[in-house]
Amino acid sequence: MRCSKFLAAGMLLVASTPALAQAPSFSNVGRAATKEEIHAWDIAVAPDGKGLPPGQGTAKEGATIFEAKCASCHGQAAEGGKIGPTLLGSKNDIETFTTLRPVRSIGGYWAFATTVWDYINRAMPRNQGGSLRPDEVYALTAFILSKNGIIRESDILDAKTLPKIQMPNRNGFVPQRFEDIPDERKRGCRQGICP
Amino acid sequence: MTPKQSDRRTFLKSGAVLAGLAVGAPVVGNSVAAQPVPERIDDLHLYGERSRFVNTSRNGSIGNPERRLENEPRAFGLRTPLQDSAGMITPASLHFVVSHGFEPLDINPDEHRLLIHGMVDRPLVFTVDDLKRLPFVSRFHFLECHGNSSTGGPGGATRIAPNATAQETHGFTSCSQWTGVPLSLLLKEAGVQKSATWILAEGADPSKHSKSIPLAKAMDDVFVAYGQNGEPVRPEQGFPLRLVVPGWQGINNVKWLRRIDLVDEPYMAMMESTKYPSLKLDGKSRWFEFELGPKSVITRPSGGHHLPGSGYYEITGLAWSGGGTIRRVEVSADGGRTWKDAQLHDPVARKAHTRFSIPWNWNGDECILQSRCSDDQGTVQPTAAEVAKLWGADVEFFRKTSLIVGDFNAIQPWKVNRDGSIQNALF
Repeated sequence: MRCSKFLAAGMLLVASTPALAQAPSFSNVGRAATKEEIHAWDIAVAPDGKGLPPGQGTAKEGATIFEAKCASCHGQAAEGGKIGPTLLGSKNDIETFTTLRPVRSIGGYWAFATTVWDYINRAMPRNQGGSLRPDEVYALTAFILSKNGIIRESDILDAKTLPKIQMPNRNGFVPQRFEDIPDERKRGCRQGICP
Repeated sequence: MTPKQSDRRTFLKSGAVLAGLAVGAPVVGNSVAAQPVPERIDDLHLYGERSRFVNTSRNGSIGNPERRLENEPRAFGLRTPLQDSAGMITPASLHFVVSHGFEPLDINPDEHRLLIHGMVDRPLVFTVDDLKRLPFVSRFHFLECHGNSSTGGPGGATRIAPNATAQETHGFTSCSQWTGVPLSLLLKEAGVQKSATWILAEGADPSKHSKSIPLAKAMDDVFVAYGQNGEPVRPEQGFPLRLVVPGWQGINNVKWLRRIDLVDEPYMAMMESTKYPSLKLDGKSRWFEFELGPKSVITRPSGGHHLPGSGYYEITGLAWSGGGTIRRVEVSADGGRTWKDAQLHDPVARKAHTRFSIPWNWNGDECILQSRCSDDQGTVQPTAAEVAKLWGADVEFFRKTSLIVGDFNAIQPWKVNRDGSIQNALF
């Protein structure tokens, strides 16, 4: 009695061109993910704010949380400590970019405020990533951005206002448009170095 | 015997005693029960160790700020001792490690899951055993940190010092035979929707490192590896699952891989948008420089080696390119005036280290040894001056900058002194 059959190898070989929206080929390998699983794992936040949860916070609220949960590594005034780097900076740091000692601070270098939110949310406090509530992450993001001179202390950050923040160095990256990033040949990159 | 080996052997012996005591009384408690307890003397040989006369090892540091000593120099990882290498494979135990200051994870593979979701028709969850049931590829690929050979940043001073070894100049590259499931296969199973243009790959480490990768690359030659050099991927390399993104900067090869999100834009995660862009002297940063250029280095003789006298030496080294297969390696023993083709040793694989060698007679005079490679795209490894031109800078910039110089693939000259000592002659 045959309990098995060999499948033609060609049937299973993966096409080298993108095979989009096709039926599954492998019987009973892996399982469907549940909505709850995806919700629990899907923490990423995009530059346009996609993925930001409800909640809000201000720099003032953030200062209290910072003192309790962040200052032991990053210093009382966010100036940096033995474990955590400084979180201070300003748009004036852009003037250092053409020197041999550029300062790549949050306020001077980072292109997106959402990146601040996303990293705090996934990675902070060190070894306790994911432990902060959304309100706390909004408040801490507001605290850091206000320390960097990007927003005012009273500004309320939420899923609507955060992605609208214009970071001073947003236009300091090449290529500027997202759709131009993937094709390195079109960009004229050579030896891993892009013009 | 090094202290570490001594410890291990002592432990195994006391473990044997423990086993004797434990007969009929099962050991309770994770810390003891998790250790293998040899019952026979031959159990000491079940997992091999190298000769006690061999002591080559990685150097540098994981860079964990919680463990950094008061005067410990800043480091961003552990480097492979290329100067002691033979062949093109890096032993897993000597593979370079960059983990952004976090310790390797201790993941139980039975509890690990890979989630594929986002712009797909069928979000899927795979166990490690699920993945092992699927068709696989087994390929030789190098992984290289974009900061390998950087003249600036942490380790920059060591890299440009006259007494630097090949480990200090080039040790953030390693090559393994990786085995795993093509990502294109998994994405096809999930049914990628037309709107998806990028993937976001995420690890399970404490910072949940995430990396945006264009979908075209994900569908091309990327795979989810569970095997490395004939055994499971090592913990420092992402056990039980890591992404292998052939030829692209090391940061893309997400370790402890737990999630692939199909998305329609780069997510501008912390590392890719704030730490890895190359800031050039025009004040603008180039981000998402994916592909690593052709690069080679003579590993023997190289910095720190000593030639006992004139006469015959086989010069050997490694060449690799993110653009494809190494086609040619040339070696010069006269400071770049004349070049001779080196022999390429099998296997010569795509986006893999390739071992080369060439016979050489040293007449005892001072000389400069260097290698340059080219790949099947016809791209030739540049000199430092040529790299500087691409940067819009002069060579002095590389010596002086405080930043990591990404993708620095310049030809590496080694100076042979009359006394047989060998020095780094990049500058």
